[in-house]
Amino acid sequence: MPAVNPTVITELRERIEGIENLGARTRTILPFGVPEIDRRLPKGGLALGALHEVAGGADGAIDGAAAASFCAGIAARAGGRVLWCYTQADLFAPALATSGLTEDRVVFFEARDEASILGCFEEALRHGGLSVVVGELAGLSRVASQRLQMAAELTGTLALAVRRWRRPVDARDFGQPTAAFTRWRVTEINSAPMPVRGVGRARWQLELMRCRGGETADFEVEACDETGHIGIPAVLGHGSDATGDGQYRAVG
Amino acid sequence: MGNTAPSADTPLVLKGAIGSRRIVMAVDDLGVKIGVRIGMPVAKAESLFGNLTILDADPVRDADALEKLAIWALRLYSPIVAVDPPDGLVLDITGAAHLYGGEAGLVADLITRLADLGITAHVALSDSWGAAHALARFGRQARLIVEAGHSAEALLRLPVEALRLPPDMLPDLHLLGLDTIGELAGKPRPPLTKSFGPKLFKRIDQAFGRLSEPIEPVASPELIQVERVFAEPIGAPETLEKYTRRLTDMICNRLDEKGLGVRRLDLHFVRVDNHIETIMAATAKPVRDPKRLGRLLCDKIETVNPGFGVDRMRLVAALTERLDAKQVEASWSQPAKPDVDDLWDILANRYGPDCLYRAVSVATDIPERAVKRVPPSASEMGSRRNAGYRRPQRLYRKPEAIQTLAALPDHPPKAFSWRGQRYRVACADGPERVLGEWWRSDTELGKVRDYFILEVEGGQRFWVFRSGDGQHPETGGLNWFLHGKFD
Repeated sequence: MPAVNPTVITELRERIEGIENLGARTRTILPFGVPEIDRRLPKGGLALGALHEVAGGADGAIDGAAAASFCAGIAARAGGRVLWCYTQADLFAPALATSGLTEDRVVFFEARDEASILGCFEEALRHGGLSVVVGELAGLSRVASQRLQMAAELTGTLALAVRRWRRPVDARDFGQPTAAFTRWRVTEINSAPMPVRGVGRARWQLELMRCRGGETADFEVEACDETGHIGIPAVLGHGSDATGDGQYRAVG
Repeated sequence: MGNTAPSADTPLVLKGAIGSRRIVMAVDDLGVKIGVRIGMPVAKAESLFGNLTILDADPVRDADALEKLAIWALRLYSPIVAVDPPDGLVLDITGAAHLYGGEAGLVADLITRLADLGITAHVALSDSWGAAHALARFGRQARLIVEAGHSAEALLRLPVEALRLPPDMLPDLHLLGLDTIGELAGKPRPPLTKSFGPKLFKRIDQAFGRLSEPIEPVASPELIQVERVFAEPIGAPETLEKYTRRLTDMICNRLDEKGLGVRRLDLHFVRVDNHIETIMAATAKPVRDPKRLGRLLCDKIETVNPGFGVDRMRLVAALTERLDAKQVEASWSQPAKPDVDDLWDILANRYGPDCLYRAVSVATDIPERAVKRVPPSASEMGSRRNAGYRRPQRLYRKPEAIQTLAALPDHPPKAFSWRGQRYRVACADGPERVLGEWWRSDTELGKVRDYFILEVEGGQRFWVFRSGDGQHPETGGLNWFLHGKFD
């Protein structure tokens, strides 16, 4: 294979994106504030005005606790008002505040079935007054995801689908293609041992399973802090780091 | 009535006249207890019971008051409310009951509110006006909800008086031995129709729901409403939508003149068969924006069954509030906060108002009570008392019992099994002691829960608690429960 000039590739990508984005108002990005992760994402962050899927790994596919926390962190950093749609009423609102998503910013929608979640999700995306819409969904068909993606594109609202199933076997559905920009899987792993008795800051195995215009990757990260930022544990950063508390922190 | 009010110690009787006879029109509880009956000649009542306070009945003012009550009910409960003289109201609650959490909720709310107004009401809910009328007046209960499709059974044992027949027909029916609706309904129709006229069986069919009976809602000069009559009946959803938008424009102009905003709009589609289909749109704050209101109404047009066509559409502002024009602040530095109230209205109208809420923290240690729901546009702020505590992302509604291996009094479990799976604990945090709120109920007095955060091998983090402090048996049974799941 002849050597490919990277600038040509970049140029082509931009042209394709220009064609794709006809009609899209704006699309900017929301960086994680962690260089290791942002580097792997096109333009250096999570695209706003796009649909992103997040699911829990292992038993997390059923409870979706880490996935919810990951989304709460993103929503917290995006600012503005947030609508959170769910069918299984076990989300504990005070915990979202510990990921930075304070209670005055979130409105919850308790749906009777998944169909109303999809309807409400799309309606809220089309409205444009919200900054983030989160929907907890088991099924997400290609057509449904395309509708959500288009609605998100139209207004620049960030759409986060927390995929969550009732039975472990149903989680196989996560392999099906959808129109989402990125697909993440968050699995809880053991936290770093503490010198005293107690449980340290939660850690996740964060897998970027699919990324439009980018490549898959996985990271070991520390769960969201009270401002919604995830961190990379010091050992996995480049050797000893001068930031003091042992992890990268974002600015703003 | 102040000083002229009749004493509460003597039975109160209202008298009226039918032809030249003076009869008892109404009587209070005390009077009923001693035996005064409605329809009794006043002279007889006086001579039998003596010591009665007798006042003149005022049917005109009664009718006025009833109409006022109908408008009160129209604002609160349903777009179609009519007076059912002399003593009743009829409400068509099709599609309106969900606002009060179903039919039982609506009936309960209606009775309580009427009781607050000093009115003792008998309410019956059934498939047809006729049946509801009969059951409310002649049924045994003050509150009766007949399931859909069962009104016929409920009606059969009621007296024929319940049928809204002309009063002179009743003695003749009794003479024939027809005392209950069941007896009458079972008789062959032609001979009876010949002697009593067609009205008799029409009433029966209406009561049994075989014949439709349109309810013409009360109209009040205070209510702002606009109407459009069509030369040809319309039925296509696009046409209905077009005229809905026009009516919305018209009503918004009218509201604008009066400086009002609307909280609830009722749109009536009067069909050619005189049946009225209605849709309602409610908003959280007063609104006068035709686009927004049109959108809320058009969302529901698909639920309207136009039948053979609609020849009249009427839009009523059932509930209005003052809405003054507001100056929009022009700010250089801060972009205006986007207004999302219209989105909440759209979603609440489509999926029900209870679906949407903001979760506000409550100053309590008990996790089940930690959150209160408030409407999305409420500005209420929660308590900051528990901010900063580590709390699980998922809290199970009912704590689930787990089997554990743990040392007393305050050690976390070493291992536990939950939902058929065994977990070994890698590290743990706790206990966080939560005490029962004794001021709520005596059973909570002295009860203790010790919460632990457990991280198991494999990385999952759980929130478990032990009931009891491990030393005093009266604080709890030392059983372990899993209550939540961390991220």
